[in-house]
Amino acid sequence: MSGRMRHGWQKSRRSFLRIGSAAAGAVVLARRAAIAGESSPPAESDWTRAVGPGVVDRTYGQPSKFEKDVIRRNVPWLTATSQSSVSFTPLQSLDGIITPNGLFFERYHAGRADVDPRQHRLLIHGLVERPLVLTMDDIVRFPSVSRIHFIECPANGGMEWRGAQLNSLQFTHGMLSCAEWTGVKLSTLLDEVGLKKEAKWVLVEGADAARMNRSLPIEKCLDDCLVVYGQNGEALRPEQGYPLRLLVPGWQGNVNVKWLRRIKVGDAPWFTREETSKYTELMPDGKARGFTWVNEAKSVITFPCPEKPLSAPGRYEVRGLAWSGRGKIKAVDVSFDGGVNWQSAQLQEPILSKALTRFTIPWQWGGQPALLESRVVDETGYVQPTIAQLRKVRGTNPIYHNNSIQTWQVKPDGKVFDVQLG
Amino acid sequence: MSNSARPSDRSLARQLRSAKSFCVFALGSGLLLLWPTITAHAAGPGYFGYGKLATPAEIAGWNIDVRGQDGVGLPDGKGTVDHGADVFAQQCATCHGTFGEGEGRYPKLMGGEGTLTGERPEPSVGSYWPYAPTLFDYIDRAMPFISPHTLSADDVYAVVAYILNFNNIVPNDFVADRNSLPKVKMPNRDNFTWQDPRPDTAAKECMKDCTDPKTVKIISSAEGTDLTPRTTGPLDAMTGN
Repeated sequence: MSGRMRHGWQKSRRSFLRIGSAAAGAVVLARRAAIAGESSPPAESDWTRAVGPGVVDRTYGQPSKFEKDVIRRNVPWLTATSQSSVSFTPLQSLDGIITPNGLFFERYHAGRADVDPRQHRLLIHGLVERPLVLTMDDIVRFPSVSRIHFIECPANGGMEWRGAQLNSLQFTHGMLSCAEWTGVKLSTLLDEVGLKKEAKWVLVEGADAARMNRSLPIEKCLDDCLVVYGQNGEALRPEQGYPLRLLVPGWQGNVNVKWLRRIKVGDAPWFTREETSKYTELMPDGKARGFTWVNEAKSVITFPCPEKPLSAPGRYEVRGLAWSGRGKIKAVDVSFDGGVNWQSAQLQEPILSKALTRFTIPWQWGGQPALLESRVVDETGYVQPTIAQLRKVRGTNPIYHNNSIQTWQVKPDGKVFDVQLG
Repeated sequence: MSNSARPSDRSLARQLRSAKSFCVFALGSGLLLLWPTITAHAAGPGYFGYGKLATPAEIAGWNIDVRGQDGVGLPDGKGTVDHGADVFAQQCATCHGTFGEGEGRYPKLMGGEGTLTGERPEPSVGSYWPYAPTLFDYIDRAMPFISPHTLSADDVYAVVAYILNFNNIVPNDFVADRNSLPKVKMPNRDNFTWQDPRPDTAAKECMKDCTDPKTVKIISSAEGTDLTPRTTGPLDAMTGN
């Protein structure tokens, strides 16, 4: 096979020798350019002149080596250890509504558990007729569904409550990802064990070293929660709870318990550490809000952004993402003047409930300073607030649920900065 | 005559058509009627029959949760403040400090009373946590951080007693057990609301002249702060900060 290829190449070399001297001169120039490492026409690039590696050279595909900077990143000063911490999705480098599995943001309470699926068990007990121990094989046999949903940590943007701190889309909004999830409806499993009539709340618990546990009201469990094993067509990644996690569409990331090993049905909430000491919002009057599960509608412009500035004046497509824990996106408006005037952006299909939705709007940038903002309206009619509107009600200490409008300042040189307006 | 035959032909055809469509309709609605019936039966416990019934011993091994408000699930055992001080010194103080004051960025477990309405609130067990039994649940399942779930129930009770004591919530002779912990009233207990009041903003979808352009001012910028890790190249350890 390789001999025949070589023969063919020699033949084409011979035909080169027969062509006119002017053209031959151009070829020589082109070959020199190629040697100099250029690949724009008329030159030929190295990868065009040589046969590449064959199939199964990489048995599990990886991104191009030129994408090596597109990685999850952390904020080292944020947490005491990397095992109880968070990493951020590089939204500035992603296209579409689906987050690649390797770039899905991470949040651990006691590090990543590497679970053997053959040994993993899901125990369902409490106020049920038939307490069950299920293997992964058992779980996969149940009727399955696939749904596209985002997961957002409620602390996304939490470092911006007091002011603009992080000059980066990845770090202001990257505790957000979206995937197609496949699994069994939680309601199917609860039907199978049979709920007793006093059943009002459910405790979900992980198999990680934190045995992470949260309470959920039975209404949500029976509505749209899923127990999932598939993520974008393959098994969940260990970072996302392999082999089994809970998916609670639209609700704060923390309740989407990973490495799910236990579901206990009860008649009252547990008030676990993660729903009292953490994941509660302190208000200016000293009161704290708990059980604030839903992620309200939010949007952000992903281009331009601090990581992706404008190169020169001209025509651009401003791009962004919008999402709501209450349902579908109805509209996104974009302002170029800090919220004085707004224009309707184009929503991209598909527009799915509790999923990321793309929006775009064309922009002729003349090189003048600009203040870019996006504002989402969801199907309930809820309009995304400004940070000033949020602070007026909630002060600066809630940590969680900052769903405010993001302002990007574009300077005349095209650089972009995270700012807040008064 | 031919005209008179036609209507009957037509009506026959119509009858046939309607009979056919009736059959289709009947079949369709039959399926529609039947389907919910099947799924309703499918919803019964044990319909699929997958997995195995959990035995009491299996449940007991994992049934570690303790409810914060009423302490349901607290196990047998007890622990004193003094014993808790010893266990805490060995198992907890490296991260949380000898008296819960916290080391580095590890959580403080004490202090912060009166700060919750201030500019820099310090939520801690003493100033923030609403329910004492939650301490048992969390410490038992997740602590010590590097060797979780290794303390005996007595040791967990003792550590809980010590933490409550250095927060001045219980006296030196307090003994933590399944009866005493639910009775501890945490200072901040009544400052939580458990009903989500959102939406609590009423932004409008204004499109034109929504604010006076003169009032649009940048009051905060991340430009020039040294808080942002780099987003190109290798991970930023930020050792310079």
